[in-house]
Amino acid sequence: MSVSNRASQSAVYNDTVVRQFAIMTVVWGVVGMLVGVIIAAQLTWPALNLGVEWLSYGRLRPLHTNAVIFAFGGCGLFAASYYVVQRTCQVRLFGGQLAAFTFWGWQAVILLAVVSLPMGMTSGKEYAELEWPIDVLITLVWVAYAIVFFGTIGLRKVRHIYVANWFFGAFILAVAVLHIVNSAALPVDIFKSYSAYAGVQDAMVQWWYGHNAVGFFLTAGFLGMMYYFIPKQAERPVYSYRLSIVHFWALIFTYMWAGPHHLHYTALPDWTQSVGMVFSLILLAPSWGGMINGIMTLSGAWHKLRDDPILRFLIVSLSFYGMSTFEGPMMSIKTVNALSHYTDWTVGHVHSGALGWVGLVTMGSLYYLIPRLYGQKKMYSVPAIELHFWIATLGIVLYIAAMWIAGVMQGLMWRAVNPDGSLTYTFVESVKATFPFYVIRLLGGVLYLGGMCVMLWNTVMTARNGRVEDVRIPALNPAHA
Amino acid sequence: MDILYLLIPLSVLLVFGIIGVFWWALQAGQFDNIEREGERILKGD
Repeated sequence: MSVSNRASQSAVYNDTVVRQFAIMTVVWGVVGMLVGVIIAAQLTWPALNLGVEWLSYGRLRPLHTNAVIFAFGGCGLFAASYYVVQRTCQVRLFGGQLAAFTFWGWQAVILLAVVSLPMGMTSGKEYAELEWPIDVLITLVWVAYAIVFFGTIGLRKVRHIYVANWFFGAFILAVAVLHIVNSAALPVDIFKSYSAYAGVQDAMVQWWYGHNAVGFFLTAGFLGMMYYFIPKQAERPVYSYRLSIVHFWALIFTYMWAGPHHLHYTALPDWTQSVGMVFSLILLAPSWGGMINGIMTLSGAWHKLRDDPILRFLIVSLSFYGMSTFEGPMMSIKTVNALSHYTDWTVGHVHSGALGWVGLVTMGSLYYLIPRLYGQKKMYSVPAIELHFWIATLGIVLYIAAMWIAGVMQGLMWRAVNPDGSLTYTFVESVKATFPFYVIRLLGGVLYLGGMCVMLWNTVMTARNGRVEDVRIPALNPAHA
Repeated sequence: MDILYLLIPLSVLLVFGIIGVFWWALQAGQFDNIEREGERILKGD
């Protein structure tokens, strides 16, 4: 590469990797949600397992969770963090080919998951099912990601580190620690390993990981997304920048202690369960701080919600975020958990957060980002964004309402006792009673998947009609740095 | 509950790490002129 080429290279942003990740977010979204619809159908009509082991529910479920969290959510976070860190630091992404490695490496992780999970290769740890060789690859990609992201921050031309980057940075570091500690295992052959931990110890590590995965991957990371794309789309600054900093520190500190709420009334010591419960309740405050901050950014501009479906995606995502971060602490209370644990209420809660918060904020952010990656101001079809919003929201509401009713019903049926002390219902009776709610949930999921397909179409049309252009990094006025 | 011998020291280390980063941010002037920083992303680009 000639000197002049390199010089002009450093004067433009690296949007290639952003574009790649953004497109794959949409693609994996469709794939992950399709697998979700398949397994929802299998729960409703078990014959759909088809007697084929690699299509069985047990093997497809982790494929669904990994695809939506790490493939859809992960690619979305890569795309957003790489875009935001460059724009807010006014500098090109650090590390050159390292960023490209994170893209191809991450796609390799996903493809290995798609192959290995249906083949039954699993560590049995939730959201950490992938076997050890893939865990090693994840570690390599993640180290590269940290180098690229923090390297870019180190080279920044703007002294202040915008708040979104704090959320992204915390997410990257936390996930690194979580992954390494929870995936510690002894390999016995290329496809099989045993966890370094056992019994209730393993359970504790697993749910320290699991809840921090929710708190840092699915919350902190996407709050970073929210803190950039809502102000940009609404053309207003964050409601209270001060609050954004305060709730950031409170959030990352508190999340780490909430894990035991997954283990109420198990062999975990009582005092550990209580710690988890108390910190989960405290977590309500910093979470709602973020929600209020994001929603109130529209203060004085509420009318924009009338005409702008992208803003609607972003603001409604925060409403679901608020709901889920209220529901979660409530479910962390031991007496409530005694009813909700192992029921479909947990599934409803997960999907309220996943479809409502993570899904919608990703969609809204990508609808802002994708046109700009193709030299456009808007997506190919704004009415299609509108359609997507309504289908997705309807799907979410059907999903969570069905699961709430099913969950509470299951909890009540399982604990019902006759006057002589015997159980009123057999387990299979609760399964039978759940059937209609599984049908409604399936419908909700189909709608949500349908919305994602509309987004895929819109994305393809936008890419086809747009053009890939280099974006010059603006020369910074030294007085403003 | 032997795993706590790992988890608690690890968490304490993390808390120290967090305090350290916060201290750096304070010293490096990250929290000066807070109101202006929120509006900065709306300029240019």
